[in-house]
Formats: sequence, C-alpha cells, structure tokens
Amino acid sequence: MSNDALTYVTEDMRAAQGKWGGQRTAPPITETDIRRWAMATYYPRQPPRIYWDPEYAATTEWGGIVAPPDFNPFAWPVERTQGGRPGPSGRRPDGKGLTGMNGGQTDTYGVPMRPGDVVTARSRLVDWWERKGRLGHTLYARTEIEWRNQNDELVRTRMSISIRY
Amino acid sequence: MSIDFDNVQVGDKLPDWSRKTGFAEWNRYAAVNEEFVPFHMDDEAGRRAGNEQGAFGMGNLRYAYIVNALHDWIGDEGIVREVGCQYRAINQKNDVLTVVGEVTEKTVVDGENRVRLDINVVNQDGGATCPGHAVVVLP
Repeated sequence: MSNDALTYVTEDMRAAQGKWGGQRTAPPITETDIRRWAMATYYPRQPPRIYWDPEYAATTEWGGIVAPPDFNPFAWPVERTQGGRPGPSGRRPDGKGLTGMNGGQTDTYGVPMRPGDVVTARSRLVDWWERKGRLGHTLYARTEIEWRNQNDELVRTRMSISIRY
Repeated sequence: MSIDFDNVQVGDKLPDWSRKTGFAEWNRYAAVNEEFVPFHMDDEAGRRAGNEQGAFGMGNLRYAYIVNALHDWIGDEGIVREVGCQYRAINQKNDVLTVVGEVTEKTVVDGENRVRLDINVVNQDGGATCPGHAVVVLP
C-alpha cells in the first residue's frame, strides 16, 4: 500500500470539484469538416454517404448530412484558449509535475451534429481516487465534458478519466 | 444492409471491422483532429516516450474505429447512443486492428430499442487493446 498520507490532490482540485467552468464555443461546422473527418477515420475505404452526399442524406430520416458521433468541432480553433479543458489535475507534494495518460472515456450522445451547428462545451471535475499501481502512487480524476448546440440541445456528454503518476 | 431490433439476439457478434494502421491512417487522423503529437508522428519521439518500436497510434482513432464499426452494423437509421472504452495497450505501426463486439442486453428505455454490446479492439496477435461497451438504438 502507498503511504496513507501521500496525496496528489490539490486545494485547486477541491475548490473546483463539481463546478461547471471552462466554457468555449467551436466554429460553425461545415460539410467539408464532416467529409474530411469521415474520410480520415474510414481510410482507405469510402465512408458512408450520410457523411458526404447531401442528396442521399436528404432521403434518410435525418433529412441531411450528419457528422459521425465522434466528430470533433473544436479542432483547428483560430484562437487557442484553455476553456473547456479539464481543470486542475494534481501535483506531487514536492511540487514536481505529474505524467499524464488518457485512462479512457464514456460518451453519451444526444442529437447529431450537422453542418451549420455551433457547439459549446463546458466541463467540471467530478471526483477522483488514488491508489498504488504499476506506476507507483497514481491519481485518477474524472471530468465531465458537456456539448450543446446553438438550440441548447445536448449533443454529447463525456465522462473522461485522466491518470496522473 | 441494416438490421432491426427484433432480429438482434443476445450473443450476436458485431461483424468484424478491420484496418491496418500506420502513418497513412495516423497522419490523416492527426490532420482532422488537429492531434499533432510528436510520438504519433516520429519514431524517435515514440522511442523517447518509452515505446521501443517508435511512433504509435492515437487512442482516439481506435475510438473512431469502434464508432464506425457500430455505424456500419446498424446503418443510417440506427443511432449510436453510448460508447465507452479504456486504452490498455499501444497501437504499433502496421498493426491490423479489428473491432469486435457481442450483444449482451436488449432493453426498451424511453421508447428506444436499445442494444448493449461488449466491445474491444484486438490486434493481429489477438491482443485486446481497448475493452469497452456500447449502446445502440435500432428501429
């Protein structure tokens, strides 16, 4: 077991827990953004027409092109801000930085993203736990990131686990 | 080709969905997701990050493969409602990754016909790199 007194949790984390913050808004989604995303993630095969053929997409129940659920409208911002990113993420007692890894995620999807949509994100630190693992004392922090479109419809909720050691 | 709720049974397998992965796939994903991390683009940077074989692939690309495999199974009339996974192993260059899945539950929630699956992304050696689950909605 690790020393019970050892913790990487900081006062910043305790102060931030449960509080929504970090709001940021993505540029409007275009058909080209969606087509390129689908072509990259299906490469070298052709992606489904729903992602790039407006005439076909109009015949589906969606009535037009929709984005793949994992599409990221926040790529390529003109101005880079820290908004919408995970909050404070722990520190060693001696002040040295921690190494980070993506521990995984669970996404729940609401309405699909479409060309013209403007998506806004906000995030909050939900909770955390610590344990001794292969990499020594390890902090797991869970962050919730919520995306809504211009009509305030829920697009996606992500529960993301970051690992710090 | 699409499926409907009545035709799906617990124990049904997701049709295998495979891609050989390397710089051609990783660079395209880096470009659309603006994910230009040196250890995904450069063998030396990959080795510096502790992977002896060099550059390695993005977890997010494996996530995309899961989403795509689900979409190709359920068709345009189905909905991917939830996907969760953990990144447990590295995607090495020239790995052939295959999304696998099995139906574990059928439920009707809020009027939606929901099918839950256990999901993974396995490599050519049978290594399970990305255990997780998914929920899809079927007509």
